[in-house]
Amino acid sequence: MTEPPGAAVRTVDLKKTYPASGPRPAVPAVQGIDLDVPRGEFFGLLGPNGAGKSTTIGMLTTLVVPTGGSAQVCGLDVVKDAVEIKRRIGVVSQNNSLDSDLTVAENLEFRGRYFGLGARDARRRAAELLELFGLTEQRGGSPFEISGGQAKRVMICRALMHGPEVLFLDEPTAGLDPQTRANLWEVLRGLQASGQTIVLTTHYMEEAEALCDRVAVVDHGRILASGTVDQLKSSAGADTVITVSYDAAAPQEIKRLGDRDGISKVEVNDGQVRVFATEPDGILGELVDLGSTAGVGVTDASQLRPSLETVFLSLTGREYRD
Amino acid sequence: MSTAVLAPPPPARATIPRTFAAMMAREARVMRKNFLSTFIRVLVQPVMFVFVFAYVLPKLGGGATAGGPGGPTFSTILVPGLVGSSIIMQAMMAVIFPLMMELTWQKSITDRALAPVPVPLLAVQKIIAAATQGLIGGLLVFPAVLLIHAEGQAPKVHVDDWPILILVMVAGALMSAAGGLLLGTLLNPQKVQVMFAMVLLPMTMLGCVYYPWSALDHIRWLQILSLLNPLVYISEGLRSALTPAIPHMPAWAFLLAIVGGTILLTWAATRTFTKRVLT
Ligand SMILES: Nc1ncnc2c1ncn2[C@@H]1O[C@H](COP(=O)(O)OP(=O)(O)OP(=O)(O)O)[C@@H](O)[C@H]1O
Ligand SMILES: [Mg+2]
Repeated sequence: MTEPPGAAVRTVDLKKTYPASGPRPAVPAVQGIDLDVPRGEFFGLLGPNGAGKSTTIGMLTTLVVPTGGSAQVCGLDVVKDAVEIKRRIGVVSQNNSLDSDLTVAENLEFRGRYFGLGARDARRRAAELLELFGLTEQRGGSPFEISGGQAKRVMICRALMHGPEVLFLDEPTAGLDPQTRANLWEVLRGLQASGQTIVLTTHYMEEAEALCDRVAVVDHGRILASGTVDQLKSSAGADTVITVSYDAAAPQEIKRLGDRDGISKVEVNDGQVRVFATEPDGILGELVDLGSTAGVGVTDASQLRPSLETVFLSLTGREYRD
Repeated sequence: MSTAVLAPPPPARATIPRTFAAMMAREARVMRKNFLSTFIRVLVQPVMFVFVFAYVLPKLGGGATAGGPGGPTFSTILVPGLVGSSIIMQAMMAVIFPLMMELTWQKSITDRALAPVPVPLLAVQKIIAAATQGLIGGLLVFPAVLLIHAEGQAPKVHVDDWPILILVMVAGALMSAAGGLLLGTLLNPQKVQVMFAMVLLPMTMLGCVYYPWSALDHIRWLQILSLLNPLVYISEGLRSALTPAIPHMPAWAFLLAIVGGTILLTWAATRTFTKRVLT
């Protein structure tokens, strides 16, 4: 294939508002997203539930119609050139979208045929992929009879049947046990090593850190920050985050810690104190001492090393929870 | 599990006709798997019906003959009606049942929606596939209605006009499938049970299956109301092609309704389907 060089994915001010329906008001799920993913990159969209990740993936894979801005995949417009884009992408959806009337192997076989493979080529390719992903035993099973992890792997096989230029994965490891997740990570790393462009969404910080060349942190339909994991960690107040909860209002003096070198930010919220520090040594002890001097006890304390999680905390002021 | 040796796929050209053909091949595969269960379901009702009305009741000497002594047997009236209702039921169910799964259960329609064809073409593909099942359902009913009857109660069937017969069966099946797709994309799944009770049952009971439309002269309001029922045109069209001796609607009337209905319903269903698939 002769490919024009250029971005695998490019969006400009991409928006999606789901229209109101009945008592439910309109939902501004994506509110202006700019993405630029070069070919060969492993790109991650990281955000909590409802951030707009699936909606974004939906628009890029032509199944959700944007209500504003523009998006291109392989240089093609997602609205005008939807059919040509579909020829070039592979998609692993968040839910099990396997064809329930077909067996596992038939799911792959027919996917290949939809993409122009002859019946025999499709069968052979399906068998190869099932073998590679350790699914040969499941090939005759119905998509209902396999485990969640197996279903995800089948969907990845299905997405790879026609050798897509860009592979989209929407939360491929959500709900999988750690062992299965580690296996999938290996698979994805292998694909990346072979030059596959991958766009993945996840709400697992460690997943984005482990896999992605670049990450965009999204929340409420907007990109809060983007860059390599290291860039994010060093930019957005990428500090160790020390959180202490007191059993009463936090002592006033704590706010003054914010002036000290090595501490970038102090947030006080009733009994909860959060200190963002580049030099975290000793701070936790100090917070406990300040508490006992003022006569309040500590009910909970934690210290998070710089990670995407602390980036998220400093960007949103909210804990990153599933 | 290792992808180190994943080879590129063999070269392929995904043209729209090829993809369309592959989707039809999928339908054929699924139909073959479910053949028995699907078609037993359609056959039971007409077989029971002809058994009771063309065999049991005449044997009992009941007044089950339609036109009195010398008139057409009831079985003659039933042939086009039962074939028509089988076409419509089978075509509608063939599109609605899978659709309920595909649009709700994990939205598995995305499996097909990601195939490289425009989404409206996917709707057309569903209509054609379901219409094929409707046709098979109609053809399977023929032997039952032709063969099951008491002595002297044989239906008088003579194909007068093959082109009309084929046109009515094919277009009728397409119209039914398109209507099914329209209903399936408009209704939410919880309402499907209700729809079967409220739409399909009255439609078959009042679809001129058990009497010719002209016989409704005596109940004028029902005769006029029946014109809203698509099955009436299929039954009457088949009546004109299979049992021309029985009074039936003029060809222009049922052809206009069936062909016009097919075009209109296909257009509408394609739109509603596309709206449901693309959010
Ligand atoms: N079809 C829809 N109709 C209306 N609102 C929707 C629809 N799909 C998603 N939303 C809303 O849009 C917002 C973003 O949803 P989206 O599924 O894109 O989030 P997400 O980041 O993928 O979340 P998750 O991690 O839970 O998968 C949510 O508020 C959701 O309720
Ligand atoms: Mg999602």
